[in-house]
Amino acid sequence: MAPELLSLYGPMLRSRLFEEAVAKLWNDGLISGEMHLGTGEEAIIAGVVAQLGESDAMALDHRGTAALLMRGVDPVSILRELLGYPDGLCGGMGGHMHLFSKEHLAASSGIVGAEGPAAAGFALSAQYLNSGAVAVAFFGEGAMNQGMLMESLNLASTWNLPALFVCKNDGWAITSRSEKMTGGDLNERARGLGVPAVEFDGWDVLEVWEAACAAIERARSGQGPTFLHARCVHLEGHFLGMQLLRIVREPLREMPEIAIPLARSFLRPGGAALRERMAGLKEVLAAVLSSLRDPRRDSAYDPVQRARKTLLADAARLQSLEDRIEQEISRVLKAALEEARP
Amino acid sequence: MRTMFFTQAVDDALAQAMADDPRFILFGEDVPLLRRNLLVRFGPGRVRGTPISESAFLGAGVAAAMTGLRPVVEIYMVDFLGVCMDALLNHAAKVEAFSGGKWTAPVVVRVPCGGGYGDGGQHEQSLWGWLAHIPGLTVLVPSTPADAGGLMLAALRHDGPVVFLEHKLLSEMWLEFMGSGARRTVQFDVPAEGRKGAVPRRWDPVPIGKAVLRRTGDDVTIVSVGVGVHRALEAAQVLDTEGISAGVLDLRTVSPLDIVAVREAVARSGRLLVVDEDYEGFGLSGELSAVVLEAGISCKYARVCTKTTIPYARDREDQVLPNCERICAGIRRLMQ
Repeated sequence: MAPELLSLYGPMLRSRLFEEAVAKLWNDGLISGEMHLGTGEEAIIAGVVAQLGESDAMALDHRGTAALLMRGVDPVSILRELLGYPDGLCGGMGGHMHLFSKEHLAASSGIVGAEGPAAAGFALSAQYLNSGAVAVAFFGEGAMNQGMLMESLNLASTWNLPALFVCKNDGWAITSRSEKMTGGDLNERARGLGVPAVEFDGWDVLEVWEAACAAIERARSGQGPTFLHARCVHLEGHFLGMQLLRIVREPLREMPEIAIPLARSFLRPGGAALRERMAGLKEVLAAVLSSLRDPRRDSAYDPVQRARKTLLADAARLQSLEDRIEQEISRVLKAALEEARP
Repeated sequence: MRTMFFTQAVDDALAQAMADDPRFILFGEDVPLLRRNLLVRFGPGRVRGTPISESAFLGAGVAAAMTGLRPVVEIYMVDFLGVCMDALLNHAAKVEAFSGGKWTAPVVVRVPCGGGYGDGGQHEQSLWGWLAHIPGLTVLVPSTPADAGGLMLAALRHDGPVVFLEHKLLSEMWLEFMGSGARRTVQFDVPAEGRKGAVPRRWDPVPIGKAVLRRTGDDVTIVSVGVGVHRALEAAQVLDTEGISAGVLDLRTVSPLDIVAVREAVARSGRLLVVDEDYEGFGLSGELSAVVLEAGISCKYARVCTKTTIPYARDREDQVLPNCERICAGIRRLMQ
């Protein structure tokens, strides 16, 4: 039976507030490199991870923070890892794309699609050493065009591995529209490899929970892998500072830098005929326009806001939970930032 | 003379070649956005986006090169070549030998490399030694905008597979894309001479396999590529105040190595210090010692390279990658 919505809302809100704090630290220059947030996919992670236990393993992608938090990894140690401190989760060696917790059987990778083989291997270990345990792979739909992930679906199918392949489909493969990059239907692909596929709204945490429950039961009872296909919206795009979103959010600052060289190149002699050039220009404009029309603006696709709306019916309980989580996150931030670096 | 940023120079040379020859086409992940200036000039037929399917599109690039096209295939980072290495290792590099010299694959693989901006050990590797290890691959690592454009043109005209490595710390475009994300709150130790510089009005190819002496010096020869060249120049300047005269040889091409230039310089100075951002073991630094030894040149030798997986933490990353202090210390030891 599905748990109470409030018990799933808690981990989602906690993850959201944590990642918002991370975004601020990144913007302040305290966290280096790229930063891929998982804001917008909390329901997918919460609905699955809430049902995992001690022997279950997770293969995470380059936005694995939410899954680690929900699996019980110490938030201070994650934050100190992102800050590059030697007492961070991975000793400051990994950073946000390469987070590992052996204790929780959770391993991340910044290589798109690498979660597939990892989950297959974790599931193989489970099959032999830990009957009843499962392995989960979290990845985006862009990874579905990566050979190793397709091979892993097939391997999991032929070896009847206790694995869940969780596809977080936000419609974007880095900065490209996935529909333009993907032939056929993803569910049919999985089915064609002998893996049952279920598609659902990834912004509805109870829907995710139901789908994951059935898949996990299947895997635990030796019936093999499932492909869970969850639609979602990434509130911050592929990563923080993504150019397409910057254009939409700060057009006056961003547009001249892009438009001037673009116009100059468009007009430059030598190259294609006008018709081809126009087609090229249309492609660039289409990318910007589809960012403008992005569903990011609609809170119906925000899993945290969505759950909250329902929970408002019992405002007092909601308030007390939110207060508790907000206090925790500010304690975490304080602990991570104020304790001197060792 | 006009001046250009590093990646701007590469794109400019590429545009010149594309305008001259319709066989050049360009594809890779997000290329329509990343190379939008080329897209609006040459059209979507020649500037194409790909799915995240490196083994398919790099392999296709190799085969297209065998059948008349001259593809430039972009891979997001050299680290990601791990996903699709087969296309280079077993195919691009072998076609010429397997066909008895009758068939080649003139494909250019354009790929960012290198660290110094805190992206962690799976996104900041150099790997040119790993690539140069394979017979049949040409591996280019420019260190200035002028060389970047000129070597890109040479790569495009070359009759075999070329890996063109573009250091992210030198590239205004990649450093913004991966490093700052348009933040003004982060700073990187970017070599000014490598980032922006004078370029010719019209591009001519810079010859492949030709090193260039960036600084003359009698006591020691520093050999390097990419960002390492700039770190070496910085160190040479420091050492100058201590009365040590260090020359800096910029290889520009890792494979084929400019053996003659290396031997000449080292024979004269009697001391070789290799600065290599790539891994220390089994790579360029060891290869350079072999090249010198094989010629019977006796010299003192040291190297400053990356020995471990690159740490994510910025302060430790700066220690692990070759830096001015480590280079100076290495040379002082050589001088003892």
